Amino acid sequence: MDIIFQKVEHVYNANSPFARRALYDVDIMIESGSYVAVVGHTGSGKSTLLQHLNGLLQPTSGTVTVGNQTITNKKRQRDLKPLRKQVGIVFQFPEHQLFEETVEKDICFGPMNFGVPEEKAKRKARELIKLVGLPEDVLSKSPFDLSGGQMRRVAIAGVLAMEPDVIVLDEPTAGLDPRGRKEIMEMFYRLHREKQMTTVLVTHSMEDAAAYADYMIVMHKGTVWKTGTPQQIFQDSDSLEEIGLNVPETVRLKKELEKKLGITLPSPCLTIEETVDAIQKLFSKVNTHDE
Amino acid sequence: MMNSMIIGKYVPGNSVIHRMDPRAKLLIIFMYVFIVFLANNSVTYAVLTVFTFGFLALSRIPLSFVIRGLKPIIWIIVFTFLLHVLMTKEGDVLYQIGSFSIYEGGVKQGIFISLRFLLLIIITTLLTLTTTPIEVTDGVEILLAPLKKMRVPVHELALMMSISLRFIPTLMEETEKIMKAQTARGVDFTGGRFSERMKAIVSLLVPLFISSFKRAEELATAMEARGYRGGEGRTKFRQLVWKWTDTAFLAAVLLLAVVLFVLRS
Repeated sequence: MDIIFQKVEHVYNANSPFARRALYDVDIMIESGSYVAVVGHTGSGKSTLLQHLNGLLQPTSGTVTVGNQTITNKKRQRDLKPLRKQVGIVFQFPEHQLFEETVEKDICFGPMNFGVPEEKAKRKARELIKLVGLPEDVLSKSPFDLSGGQMRRVAIAGVLAMEPDVIVLDEPTAGLDPRGRKEIMEMFYRLHREKQMTTVLVTHSMEDAAAYADYMIVMHKGTVWKTGTPQQIFQDSDSLEEIGLNVPETVRLKKELEKKLGITLPSPCLTIEETVDAIQKLFSKVNTHDE
Repeated sequence: MMNSMIIGKYVPGNSVIHRMDPRAKLLIIFMYVFIVFLANNSVTYAVLTVFTFGFLALSRIPLSFVIRGLKPIIWIIVFTFLLHVLMTKEGDVLYQIGSFSIYEGGVKQGIFISLRFLLLIIITTLLTLTTTPIEVTDGVEILLAPLKKMRVPVHELALMMSISLRFIPTLMEETEKIMKAQTARGVDFTGGRFSERMKAIVSLLVPLFISSFKRAEELATAMEARGYRGGEGRTKFRQLVWKWTDTAFLAAVLLLAVVLFVLRS
């Protein structure tokens, strides 16, 4: 299911003295089955953009096309419900949306809103609780007895339970410890790989964008500043810094090394593994020269 | 709907009314609430109306703005009017529909009561339109200070008031956020059957309550961590200054009371 934005503009409180344009001239295309990272400084329009993906916000002008549905400002909110099943959003701090008495009920809440029978939803809940890395016995517990990290996982399971074709992640690991962060990012990546789930990741972490995304959208002051593969985006670190962003640590290390040693590393150094590899190769080259 | 509600909203400005001491404003409103009941004939109501609109003019808040803000309560006023028109049986019969008759006294009474209502709302709205919430609480705290002798926790009450005012926007934001998250999970807040609506509201209220309690606890901890120990010996950053204009306005309101007392029938 491709997602296409055409000349999308969004103005908050339109036609009032408090009107504020949050998004303009946005033309993007998110291909079915891709993993796209949306990055940008605070206030660049990322959150506004992501809320257009499932019709929570409708463009003030322009069109958003998701699969075979077109969203314009004329569409009625009621008609957008089917879209919400196809596009799941994991909001920032999703644990704030938990409300049921048991974890199981909360996970079943989403699918049952879309007419999935209770039995099937419960089966799904059991399957998902394991996927997000929690033991099955938490299903009968109250979500409010869990730790913050566990609540986050339950909330994520609640969104995945709707079996969306597209999953939108807004800073899904904010406030988690490094291990939980890694586990959750790896889980989403696995889902993306195994189920060809289209994934849109909104993040501040350039490391995550570099490691997982195959396409990046850089937002700046309400519009698209640049799009491309992580490799293309991080090539020009200077202009990225101008708009308040930086490059992943590994890319910075590569740049420093190249400057100090007067060489060029062939690898883009987007992940730690790649970087280690590149440096090892560099050293083995140096060693063979010595012999 | 949220945008049309002006009760409780502050409109920045620098008019005489804006610059008035909040204590004076609170006293005037307090007096006004009683004075309104002194009016009981056309002359006194006219005087009262002119006086009230005089205040409104001095505040330089556009009339259209106030009228727009009154929209949500217009039905209550209409209802009051109709109730009086239909229920009062005084004076000559003006109109008769079947067994219902409308009396002259009823129409008069209806107009008077609705006007009284309207004027009261305008004057109290004027307070919140021209005074920041902080000023209001400061004023309340000082005015109620004598009650401390009777062991009324005045400072705590004022603090409660300012904290609740402070958190209204935060709560609104939070509501919007949770509504969006639940909408994304297939909740329909705009329609549906009664049971579905109840479920939708529960899915909004439970998270709101939980985050509010959490926030209250965090706020209490933060305050204690910064050495807050209640109002004892606490000085104020914003000092209220009583000016001669404040006295003048108070005197004007007293004069109004006297005039109404003389003119009432």
